Amino acid sequence: MPHGDNAALGNAKVMNRFELTRRILAQLEREEAVVAGIGNTNFDLWACGPRAQNFYMLGSMGLAVPIALGVALAQPRRHVVALEGDGSLLMQLGCLTTVATLGPANLTIVLMDNGIYQITGSQPTPAASADFVALARAAGIARASWAADEGDCERLLRAALAGGPSFIAARIDTQPAVATTERDPARIRERFMRGLGVRT
Amino acid sequence: MGTSEDGAPARAWHAVVAATLKNNDVRLIAYVPDRVLTPLIACLHADADVTIFPTAREEEAAGILAGAWMGGRRGALMMQTSGFATLANVLASLIVPCQIPLIMLISERGVLGEFNIGQALVARTLRPVLDALAITHHTITRLDELEFIVDRSVRQAVATQAPVALLLSPLLTGGKTLAS
Repeated sequence: MPHGDNAALGNAKVMNRFELTRRILAQLEREEAVVAGIGNTNFDLWACGPRAQNFYMLGSMGLAVPIALGVALAQPRRHVVALEGDGSLLMQLGCLTTVATLGPANLTIVLMDNGIYQITGSQPTPAASADFVALARAAGIARASWAADEGDCERLLRAALAGGPSFIAARIDTQPAVATTERDPARIRERFMRGLGVRT
Repeated sequence: MGTSEDGAPARAWHAVVAATLKNNDVRLIAYVPDRVLTPLIACLHADADVTIFPTAREEEAAGILAGAWMGGRRGALMMQTSGFATLANVLASLIVPCQIPLIMLISERGVLGEFNIGQALVARTLRPVLDALAITHHTITRLDELEFIVDRSVRQAVATQAPVALLLSPLLTGGKTLAS
């Protein structure tokens, strides 16, 4: 899939996180793993309903991409999708260069960018003039695009599932998450390992 | 390199660590470099059975290894004392509560002749942080105890689903001094 026709940051539609998460999950038909970052990113994943291949991060802000990368390295035949927020990614921008260096074909990063730390009171992130797709490309992830709208995000995800690593950025609104994730880390980890076939 | 009690040449500490990790199927290594760890890192890079790579930050490596464990692959994190000092949050909010057997190999810097005051000060935080989180740790000072401690620690970490920190003392590695 060519990436020459990407939407620019300024042209990207502002979407709703829960709706976009729902559409992303609908594209996953091969028990792909999904790792969602701290806060609203994983709350809306949780709100989409139970799924054994989901991991909900409850602390360790910024580590959704590294955790997803680790799953991708351990299970090269399974595709792994990281759902991460903009404030979280800012805490761990270096992980983009690690992803680019290791180049796992089975990893897709979806960035949900609303420009704020929504869960702490909607303070602005210190990235007012940053373009995360440009950052990802500069880190060495060539397949990096802004999603123009929901349909474009689905198209980009289909291309990403065919081979990556890929980085898809989506501008999202400031609507709160639809639900709150159950806070039981050991249970979340165990369910995820069973979902990945590591435990029976 | 000295000789062992039976007269055979003793293996270097880094060769013992590399072999013991491999024997326990620990074959995914993420690290942030350290001068003292250089021979161990080089030895693992030269091994085709091991996947080893640097990360931009120790916290990132902890995340990668947590993901790899959940995906069915054992790994270890190699770093120096100052790198460990960046890990309190990820240990407290991911590794310990999720019961991830993260194997940490820490080159103990800032002690026994270290010349850098920054290293010497951050070294004081190492054991208190590990103790505060009730993470098992061993300080390895002797070559003849090295294989036993590494081997048993990996086995126990996996069996009990708990992280472990192995502190590689300058008494084992030689450490780093002004001259080196």
